[in-house]
Amino acid sequence: MSELKVTAIKEGTVIDHIPAGKGLKVIQILKLDKLNGGALLLAANVHSKKLGKKDIVKIEGRFLSEEEVNKIALIAPSATVNIVREYKVAEKFQVEIPSEIVGILRCANPNCVSNHEYTTPKFYVISKEPLKVRCHYCERTMEEKEILANL
Amino acid sequence: MWKGRDVISIRDFKKEDIEHVLKTAERLERELKDEGALKYAGGKILATLFFEPSTRTRLSFESAMHRLGGRVIGFSEASSTSVKKGESLRDTIKTVEQYSDVIVIRHPEEGAARLAAEVADIPVINAGDGSNQHPTQTLLDLYTIKRTFGRIDGLKIGLLGDLKYGRTVHSLSEALTHYDVELYLISPELLKMPKHIVEDLRDKGVKIYETSDLESVIPELDVLYATRIQKERFPDEQEYLKVKGSYVITLDLLKNAKESLKIMHPLPRVDEIHPSVDASKHAIYFRQVFSGVPVRMALLGLTLGVVE
Repeated sequence: MSELKVTAIKEGTVIDHIPAGKGLKVIQILKLDKLNGGALLLAANVHSKKLGKKDIVKIEGRFLSEEEVNKIALIAPSATVNIVREYKVAEKFQVEIPSEIVGILRCANPNCVSNHEYTTPKFYVISKEPLKVRCHYCERTMEEKEILANL
Repeated sequence: MWKGRDVISIRDFKKEDIEHVLKTAERLERELKDEGALKYAGGKILATLFFEPSTRTRLSFESAMHRLGGRVIGFSEASSTSVKKGESLRDTIKTVEQYSDVIVIRHPEEGAARLAAEVADIPVINAGDGSNQHPTQTLLDLYTIKRTFGRIDGLKIGLLGDLKYGRTVHSLSEALTHYDVELYLISPELLKMPKHIVEDLRDKGVKIYETSDLESVIPELDVLYATRIQKERFPDEQEYLKVKGSYVITLDLLKNAKESLKIMHPLPRVDEIHPSVDASKHAIYFRQVFSGVPVRMALLGLTLGVVE
């Protein structure tokens, strides 16, 4: 922990190995900016053996479930999640791209009904490597670049 | 189970579903011929919601419902409805389902039919959602091939024209992956079938030949499925004119074709097929138009649960 430039948390969730520059987006997707109570810490551009540079997000007082955290798999597939209790890592897991992506991604097709009517956008993951999803409504596929631009 | 089922995308169809529709259509076509009017859909109402203009699709759905003994309500342009006042598609569907037993929808936005099906408790049939899907066209194409050749397996099928943007050829090729066919993809370089679709077809075991030279592959083909090349797809008019001329099907071009070659076209055509071809034994595109009625009768009957 000594490499970290921010305080360790007592209870909560630490999302590590976020690609550098994506930390804010992670906070946004997980709606952590709407938290009240516990502290929310973002360490950006931290040195990482694995990634070169990385971002880290720490959420005090809240334990995120695997399902919740998997929402960030699209932008941070390398992220690892640590559940911290009493300053110790009690649980650790890797984010995984879910088979369906609901609600967090917008369809890149401007003529898709999901961009015009009240709907919850939904996508099916047809390939994880390279990342490719198909819109439930317009059936158009999106690749990584388009996906990242529409999160 | 067909009763209550929606018909949104050819992707949702397994081979046995396709076969069941084709068989049902054939049976209904025969019954219609023997008995005249049928009574399966007596007391049932079809609502046709055409937010975009159409000649064949709307009229053949309406004809199909009448031939089944049912009734039809609906509109053929959105400007005469509350949509003009800003009503959402959801609300329009919620309203129309109070008046009808099955909905047929054509809408300019991709995914509109899928959304309509989620909103409605009654079956929804997609009659075209933007550039996405037009599953009943694909089913009537398959029906036409089957009725003409007695089979689909073993045929060499050429898809000609705008293979890049043409939704009919995308859906048809997808449906043909269920059969043992060879596909000849004939198009100008600019309008080639998208790579991901070609890869997908190959992955599913379809033999694919890509070419821009129609004349050289004509002798191979059992079916030539022509589509319209849209002028607006080309960055400059010269390119368009060059391409356009090379894909006009004439009697001269057909000299080297098999006796049994059949030419199909989803219509409307512009000048892809010379009118002199209409009277030849090769032309089945009006027979294809006819297929729209029994196939749509089958789909209406099955989803309403009045035909098994």
